[in-house]
Amino acid sequence: MKILVLVKEVPDTWGERKLDPASGRVDRESVDPVLDEIGERAIEAALTIKGSDKSTEVIVVSMSPSSASKSLRKGLAMGATSAIHLADEALRGADMLLTAEALSVLIQNEGFDLVIAGNESTDGRGGMIPAMVAEHLGVPHVTFLESIEISGNRVSGVRGADSGMVEVSANLPAVASITERLPDPRFPNFKGILSAKKKPYTTVTLAELGVDAARPVSSVIVSSRERPARSGGIKIVDSGNAGRDLAEFLAQNRLL
Amino acid sequence: MSHILILADISPSGDVRGDTQALISAAAQWGIPVAVATVPPGAGEAVATKLGALGAEKVFIAENEHAHTALTAPQLEGLTQAAHQFDPQAILLSHTHDGQDIAGRAAVRLGAAVNADVVAITKSDNAFTTTHSVFGGSFVVEASANGGAPMIITVRPGAFEASAVTAVAPEVTTASVSVDPAGAAALGNVHATGETSSRPDLRTAKKVVSGGKGLGSKDDFVLVEQLADALGAAVGSSRAAVDAGYAPQTRQVGQTGITVSPDLYIALGISGAIQHRAGMQTSKVIVAVDKDQDAPIFDIADYGVVGDVFTIVPQLIQAIGERQRQQV
Ligand SMILES: Cc1cc2nc3c(=O)[nH]c(=O)nc-3n(C[C@H](O)[C@H](O)[C@H](O)COP(=O)(O)OP(=O)(O)OC[C@H]3O[C@@H](n4cnc5c(N)ncnc54)[C@H](O)[C@@H]3O)c2cc1C
Repeated sequence: MKILVLVKEVPDTWGERKLDPASGRVDRESVDPVLDEIGERAIEAALTIKGSDKSTEVIVVSMSPSSASKSLRKGLAMGATSAIHLADEALRGADMLLTAEALSVLIQNEGFDLVIAGNESTDGRGGMIPAMVAEHLGVPHVTFLESIEISGNRVSGVRGADSGMVEVSANLPAVASITERLPDPRFPNFKGILSAKKKPYTTVTLAELGVDAARPVSSVIVSSRERPARSGGIKIVDSGNAGRDLAEFLAQNRLL
Repeated sequence: MSHILILADISPSGDVRGDTQALISAAAQWGIPVAVATVPPGAGEAVATKLGALGAEKVFIAENEHAHTALTAPQLEGLTQAAHQFDPQAILLSHTHDGQDIAGRAAVRLGAAVNADVVAITKSDNAFTTTHSVFGGSFVVEASANGGAPMIITVRPGAFEASAVTAVAPEVTTASVSVDPAGAAALGNVHATGETSSRPDLRTAKKVVSGGKGLGSKDDFVLVEQLADALGAAVGSSRAAVDAGYAPQTRQVGQTGITVSPDLYIALGISGAIQHRAGMQTSKVIVAVDKDQDAPIFDIADYGVVGDVFTIVPQLIQAIGERQRQQV
């Protein structure tokens, strides 16, 4: 079984991912790039499958700036077999159409039984790349899974929906996406970190894939503005009457 | 006038659900609204009537026996055929899991640009501009598409309101579409969330009361629900509360959950991690109750109470009750 895991490097939603466990306070100045948490979970899901079938190959794939090698190495340290890094300056600012096409060509060249991705990245949040890739590859998609299993030639899982949970399954090859309901990713151990250095790591460019970054259609940003940050207002410390004070505040603001 | 396609969300029992009506109302502002519905053979007439009642001037019924047993493939096929027939200027879908999958595949299939998770749309000089609320509302981004029609747009659930419509007898086209079920995921058993709630929908509620890890247990999370009921509010929660099993995932507010913008947001026992704030910081008035005076939620709360939810909230509920009784 050959599993390709799509991961992305994103600005750390925590700022610097070191925080005071008591208060949960974060450093908001920092926007260090990190491997997206949902991508780590996707790797975890693939490694779990590998855990029950040792012959499984887990290949982490990322389209990201050349500086993102640290994120891919983390995937290798977690236990992935090899990494493929699509790095090309021409991909800067790529929209979903171009991203999906470039990834699909890479995936097709590499060959696969299953592609696993996160349901949506924490920065873009479009949540369409898995389905778009599936369309390019001409295979079924099983997306937004809260659990994932392989049995025989089928991938199955439970998909979250507003109306409830629905069981879904598809023939392999297929593209799956998972949500944060999947188990937490494992931490790379020392042995993993050491062995990651020796694992195959391939870098590819658009030209090698034969993909042209110039597009006949594309989605374009025309403007962007920052909303003024919110600031705190009244803050009281309860000395026995805060519930009533709060009711008064709500009433004055016509919120009751 | 140009055609605007909207993908109707039809339940297995033939009900029109989700934001279908809001999408039809929106489409009617810019062109002829064409509702596309994929249903099992024979179910089209009833559905077309319902869509006409919601203002769809034209209805494209795609019949397929797998309409409710294959994952999104029949809807994709229906939408693609309708796009070929009507040559629309834009295609509107709801930014739900199904909508995201169908929009993504349709964009590839039609070679169309896709603008996702849109909160507003404007049209000028015959071109659409979409508005996006990014990074939990910290930024407002406007986008458009190069390269011509159709432009595929997914609309954030609850972002558009359904306006009053004049029911029409729609012009109906019925086509049978074919899909290879082996090329799509199969849908199996459905497990309902077990939530039969009379509370308002979280996404569109004017008031939201959310509970966090600070509630301490699933049993004690009931306090959140009691305050919500006293205020006529929807119930939300933090990811930590969801992870601890106090609340179902469908209630998670935040960066990887639902984004809400109510008139009033009350956070109980929620520290206000940056990812939680990303889902509620555009609320008009924010109230927070938390034991920890340094909790980051206080940085954005209009009214913050440092204290124990288990003493403050029951008193608040009582005070609300007293005021309501005085009013009658
Ligand atoms: C990629 C990523 C995505 C994420 N997405 C989300 C998301 O969408 N939504 C989300 O919410 N989180 C999200 N998180 C998690 C987020 O970082 C926090 O872990 C989470 O929001 C914390 O939830 P909490 O405030 O309920 O719990 P805690 O941070 O544990 O806070 C509990 C609070 O309760 C208070 N408390 C305890 N007992 C009482 C009492 N009796 N009375 C009053 N106060 C009390 C404590 O003082 C504390 O402030 C995400 C994290 C990551 C890394």
